[in-house]
Amino acid sequence: MNKRIYLDYAATTPVDSKVFQAMKPYFMEKYGNPMSVHGFGQESLEAMDKARTQVAEFLNCSPSEVIFTSGATESNNLVVKGVIRSYYSKFPTNYKSGTNIQITNKKFVIPHIITTRFEHHCVLDACKRMENDKLAEITYLTVSKDGVIRVEDVKKAIRPNTILISMMYVNNEIGTVQPIAEIGKLIKKYYPRLIFHTDATQGANYFDCDVNNLGVDLLSMSAHKIYGPKGIGMLYVKTNTPIRRVQDGGDQEYKMRSGTHNVPGIVGLGKAVSMISEQRPKNKEILKLRDYLIKRVLDEVSHSHLNGSKAKRSPNNANFRFDDVEGEGLVLSLDMEGIAASTGSACSSGALEPSHVLLSLGLKPEQAHGSLRLTLGKYTTKKDVDTAIGKLKEIIKRLRKISGGVMKEFN
Amino acid sequence: MKYSKKVLEHFTHPRNQGRIRNADGVATVGNPVCGDIMKIYIKIGENKKGEKILEDIKFETLGCGAAVATSSMVTDLAKGETIEKALKISRQDVSKELQGLPPTKEHCSNLAAIALHDAVKNYKDKLKKKK
Repeated sequence: MNKRIYLDYAATTPVDSKVFQAMKPYFMEKYGNPMSVHGFGQESLEAMDKARTQVAEFLNCSPSEVIFTSGATESNNLVVKGVIRSYYSKFPTNYKSGTNIQITNKKFVIPHIITTRFEHHCVLDACKRMENDKLAEITYLTVSKDGVIRVEDVKKAIRPNTILISMMYVNNEIGTVQPIAEIGKLIKKYYPRLIFHTDATQGANYFDCDVNNLGVDLLSMSAHKIYGPKGIGMLYVKTNTPIRRVQDGGDQEYKMRSGTHNVPGIVGLGKAVSMISEQRPKNKEILKLRDYLIKRVLDEVSHSHLNGSKAKRSPNNANFRFDDVEGEGLVLSLDMEGIAASTGSACSSGALEPSHVLLSLGLKPEQAHGSLRLTLGKYTTKKDVDTAIGKLKEIIKRLRKISGGVMKEFN
Repeated sequence: MKYSKKVLEHFTHPRNQGRIRNADGVATVGNPVCGDIMKIYIKIGENKKGEKILEDIKFETLGCGAAVATSSMVTDLAKGETIEKALKISRQDVSKELQGLPPTKEHCSNLAAIALHDAVKNYKDKLKKKK
């Protein structure tokens, strides 16, 4: 079999060898629990403190504002549920998931959260749960056709009872960049009590994550999208942000996240984060290669389209749709040629419904079904891209021959 | 979710793919929301016993690997068979012949047998109208 080509860096990235080297001692030699008083523990604690500092430097925050979690999904759940929990803690209630809240305090108003329709499922479903449990009202902002949220729409959605805005930095499927810093400014100026959260999972490699520049109170990140290991992530929690832990247990992570520390993972996250800035020059090459990919596909494949804005887009993301072609067949065919791509998010590949992200752009279901996401990374070469384009053209021709004109009956 | 060898084989080398001009029966099933649309064309002939048979059958399919493979398989199973036998080919037969389908694919992507039955009905309806 020919060399396999990986064009799914948005799903996950390989661990960088330097990251792996940094992690290695913390499995078999330095295995102490950082909460332990003895030398073994202190050795691990030291490594963990270093990682916390590395993350803090990257975000330009204090190390005490960095909470390690198992990944962005956990961080995002903690944001939505933890902010709601903190809010309800101010009122004497029978707070319990799934029960009707009866609060007699006259000052009580049901809290309101603003998020977007094309958020990752971990945010969307956490919000839906709060909504179903009648703990919060949620506004799901509509997305403009180019895949970018309008600041005006955010402003209009803010109500007196709004407590949290949660919006992703870069969309995981179409790679569009949201105006986080602009919204951050707006909030700080006019609504200083509002909590602003961004899920920066897909943005960390390519965009400024200085929390002061962004004006966020909470920021989620994951290691495995930045050449770090899977199963580790973090949540930045600005000092004095009203949020409570949702996982009960030990005193780890300033009592914000219980559970024994994943020390090798934390060390890996720290190392991966510290390497982001030195890799930034490489990003220009990735962008050039991505633009080359987009241009060639749109030029050489008839009836092909780019989903989402070309300009306001992560440098590594290309998301196409092809008329009269179905995405899964396309991904399957590419895989048989040794090329790894995806239709959308790897997290929803079990679903048969068209992607909620693509539908939020106003695409028809059949258009959404005909989509393909190619995401590049630091190991992608021009040869990889050329090979992929060549195969893509052959496969689309073949699949269009099989589909004939069946779609015409529905147009 | 993984496809069987048989599914991949039919997906990469589909049998009886294409269309039949002046077909005796045609039917389309599926819808754009599901993402799988299958169209079956049949040409009716007679065997030595004078029974009506599916002399030729072809398909066009827009859909996932399973949708293409089930379409291909149903044409394989039905070609040359009598109308009665073709009507007895079930979705279960198709998935069995393909060494099984991932559970999520059984519902949406295994509609080829229904398209075949509909194409035969379409042929019968046309016949009635002629009389």
